[in-house]
Amino acid sequence: MSTKLRDTAAVRLLTTWDAAIIAATVVFLAAAAQTVEHFGTARNAGFIVLDLAPILILALAMTLVVTTGEIDLSVASTVGLTSAAMGVMWNAGIPLETIIPAAIGIGACLGAVNGLFITGFGLPSLAVTIGTLALYRGLAYVLLGDTAVADWPRAFTGWTLGTVGETAIPNVLIPMAALVAVFGIVLHATAIGRSIYASGANPVAAAYAGIAVGRLKFWLYVTSGAMAGLVGVLWTLRYSSARADNAYGLELTVVAVVLLGGVSIFGGRGALPGVLAAVVLLTALQNALRLAHVSTEALTVVTGSLLIAAVLAPNTANAIRGALRARRSRTA
Amino acid sequence: MKGNPMSRRRILRTTAPLLAVALLAACGGTTQGDQDDGGGPGGTDATADPNAEYRTGLSVAMLPKSVNNPYFEASSSGAESVVNELEGAYEYTGPSDASASSQVSYIDTLSQQATDVVLLSANDPNALCSSLEQARGGGTVVVTFDSDVDPGCRDLFVSQVDSDEVGLTLLEMTAEQIGGEGEVAVLSATANATNQNAWIDAIGAELESNADYAGIELVDVVYGDDEDEKSFSETQGLMQAHPDLKAIISPTTVGIAAAARYLSGSQYQGEVALTGLGTPNQMREFVEDGTVAEFALWDPTALGELAAYTGAAAASGIITGAEGEVFTAGDLGEYTVGADGVVTLGPPTRFNADNIDEFDF
Amino acid sequence: MSTLVKSTANVPAAKTGSTALDLVLRFRALGLVIALAALIAATTAVNPRFLSAQSLRDLLFAAAITVLLACGMTVVVLTRGIDLSVGSVLGLSAYVTASALSESGAATPVAMLIGLAVGAACGALNGAVIHFGRVPPLVATLGTLYVFRGTVYFLAGGSRINASDLPRGFLDFGNGTVLGVPYLFCVALVVLAAVGVFLGRYRAGRDLYALGSNPEAARLAGIRAGRRLMTAYIVSGALAGLGGVLYAARFGTVDASAGYGLELNIVAAVVVGGVAIFGGSGTVLGAALGALLLAVINNALPVLRIDQFWQQAIVGALILAAIALDRLVSLRASRALRTKGSHVD
Repeated sequence: MSTKLRDTAAVRLLTTWDAAIIAATVVFLAAAAQTVEHFGTARNAGFIVLDLAPILILALAMTLVVTTGEIDLSVASTVGLTSAAMGVMWNAGIPLETIIPAAIGIGACLGAVNGLFITGFGLPSLAVTIGTLALYRGLAYVLLGDTAVADWPRAFTGWTLGTVGETAIPNVLIPMAALVAVFGIVLHATAIGRSIYASGANPVAAAYAGIAVGRLKFWLYVTSGAMAGLVGVLWTLRYSSARADNAYGLELTVVAVVLLGGVSIFGGRGALPGVLAAVVLLTALQNALRLAHVSTEALTVVTGSLLIAAVLAPNTANAIRGALRARRSRTA
Repeated sequence: MKGNPMSRRRILRTTAPLLAVALLAACGGTTQGDQDDGGGPGGTDATADPNAEYRTGLSVAMLPKSVNNPYFEASSSGAESVVNELEGAYEYTGPSDASASSQVSYIDTLSQQATDVVLLSANDPNALCSSLEQARGGGTVVVTFDSDVDPGCRDLFVSQVDSDEVGLTLLEMTAEQIGGEGEVAVLSATANATNQNAWIDAIGAELESNADYAGIELVDVVYGDDEDEKSFSETQGLMQAHPDLKAIISPTTVGIAAAARYLSGSQYQGEVALTGLGTPNQMREFVEDGTVAEFALWDPTALGELAAYTGAAAASGIITGAEGEVFTAGDLGEYTVGADGVVTLGPPTRFNADNIDEFDF
Repeated sequence: MSTLVKSTANVPAAKTGSTALDLVLRFRALGLVIALAALIAATTAVNPRFLSAQSLRDLLFAAAITVLLACGMTVVVLTRGIDLSVGSVLGLSAYVTASALSESGAATPVAMLIGLAVGAACGALNGAVIHFGRVPPLVATLGTLYVFRGTVYFLAGGSRINASDLPRGFLDFGNGTVLGVPYLFCVALVVLAAVGVFLGRYRAGRDLYALGSNPEAARLAGIRAGRRLMTAYIVSGALAGLGGVLYAARFGTVDASAGYGLELNIVAAVVVGGVAIFGGSGTVLGAALGALLLAVINNALPVLRIDQFWQQAIVGALILAAIALDRLVSLRASRALRTKGSHVD
């Protein structure tokens, strides 16, 4: 009896993927702080926060999109196009205080285009956002070519790298925390959040229950675009460089952390804490590997394997649980 | 609250940050023309001691544009041998994609490890600056080589050659091969590659000012992004767009190899001259089959050696980066720091059928 | 607009349902051919050299590898899958093949076998993760995209295999032509024909359409989904592997980044070629025409002196246009079928 109980508890821990990923992250951080030289310092934590900021902000919106059963592969290209647009506006002498909201607005519009194709015309989101992935990146090159706009004011670029007062808390952590709070509350404590889960789990039932699934998804794409616009701003200012190839290929990392965080690619299942843990785990892992002089090849393989494991492990655990239950019902 | 239509709340949520920033905007605008005062650390206050010895036990890291590039492997082997000689610790590390943002993470890591000397070939002249400033603030000596950053964000730059000299050498070889007359085009790396642009500018200036080159016209500059395939198809496009093209100048090792491969398999072999900067190992085949008569390059291994000596000299206090300082770089001989903290390796070596077999890199 | 709808609705009403779909599909291939012809004519009008023998040869060289990989991708997409790992498989195979050749000096056919084997092994891994692990194809192949690329980085490090390290005969194969047609393109054509026959005439091929149209019904009809899925991913992997061999033969220089980012172009070619991204419909010929169209656009841009930066934007716009068109066509087709159905009743 007692062994049976332990079995199910262990299996349940494995199956609640977010619990497993959060535990893994905590264990990893503790282990790395002990074993990897220079890892556990406030300064290094600051570097990790700076590195994970763009991934985290994009992953917040991506989590909502994927939970409705859709996907947005165009986010990194939207970052690139927003960044290029910022460069063009800056060269045109527009004040940065206007450029920043405009850039976020541009991102939102680009997201709205995705949303229109997907919910308005009923096209598959995978195909649409692969299309806009190419289109937006292409337009970024059309705007800025291969040149870079680099003369951003220090007051702004310094802020993205700076810390709050005398503390070691990076400035960017403040808006990030605010966004995490907003997205967390919306997804887990409001009617919108429940609609998102319902739309992903069973769109037909959700529609019968009075949820405007199409409108909901449209606004999620707008949100995703706006977040990508915000990342475009942060990226441009952090690297003090508006370039068409900014954030190239980042969409894969974002999708990877969302799935690694336990969000089901089929929609309807997932939670933000797991995604947050996955973002921290992946970035801290890369940081630790670099500090430990491990080559980048290992990094690539680890990311890919984790991504597959994120889906494979719960599937396997489910299969094991099914087998256990079958055996238990036979013995009973 | 419950009865609110959800879209209104959503609109509010997406627009709230916009409103916040727009409020900020009301406080006045920051535009491109505005004076920016924080110029970063210029020269150091320390004074150089030309008679000091090289410090032993220095930790030196080389950070190339990307790790999977044989050119930087050659530089790395040069730097490594110097560091070993000085009994230091050497590391070769970097991203597998040639992007500035990945390099920033590596610089952060190196400054976290308090590395004494970083030898850097930059993917972007500006994007790395704030990270480099942090690293230098922690006492790391930053020496760029091959591709520079803004002079304010590094200690010294080891230039493979003088920009003007590369441009002149390339133009001279081209003129010799096409008899001083005809259309020429440039196949470059990326459009914002610092050094390629300097050389192309030097070529353009010389074409305008030197009467010997009056018959040569520069008709196009295309960019192969240092990608083999792209350089290949750009060469192809050049041949179609300019039927009277006499020569292609490709001041990048990836570009010239791709262009040579295209020409050697096409009807233009021997008709259109190709010259530029390439490595003997990559170009040997094309010199043998007559596609390429002569090309040039510096020795990347020597460049790596000089970069390592320069970094070690700066970390040992032999030089500070001020103009006119002199140091001895082992077997390479004596070097003088030029304006803006630039140390120049020397004139490029020309390779042709007579001497190519003497080189292996 | 309304007359258009009426005319397409009238044609199938007179015939059977399957010809209606055939017409739509053939119409798509025809549309692609017209688009190709128009683009070539326009470019030639600007610069007659675009139609020169050399230029056509360059075009076929450029298209060969894309056509080859598009064939493999079609097989996978038909089953409602996707294979994002093709670029990495190509890179892995190209590097393994080139290093085997440079060390052992093996003959070209042996090289092709090595490439096929490497690719098939990668494809089998994809298929196994997808079928046995029940991992969605998008996630599985996104993961292996990283894993295979990481493996190439690991194998290659900073080294690069140069043309001078490869056997002369192998490079001649990569750059040679027969009657003006590159060998590489001949290989692509043979593969195209073989995959076309397999999909059109063989039971296993038809099963793939069934699986993509309605997986549940296909299973109930006794189709062994697992075996078919494995076949599809192995075919896609093997063709990407073969593509790697052709890449090595064509370019001579192989480093760890060969084929980086290629998957996007292949997916674009397949989607533009009229293969429905959610499975069950499309032909390998359409995909090949899509690949050819992209290659022509690529080669025409520099000739037309259009900034090369437009290329990617055009590819993206084409993908959007193609899927929107598909949607329109399928809406119309279903309306036509409904009309016919009401006649029967």
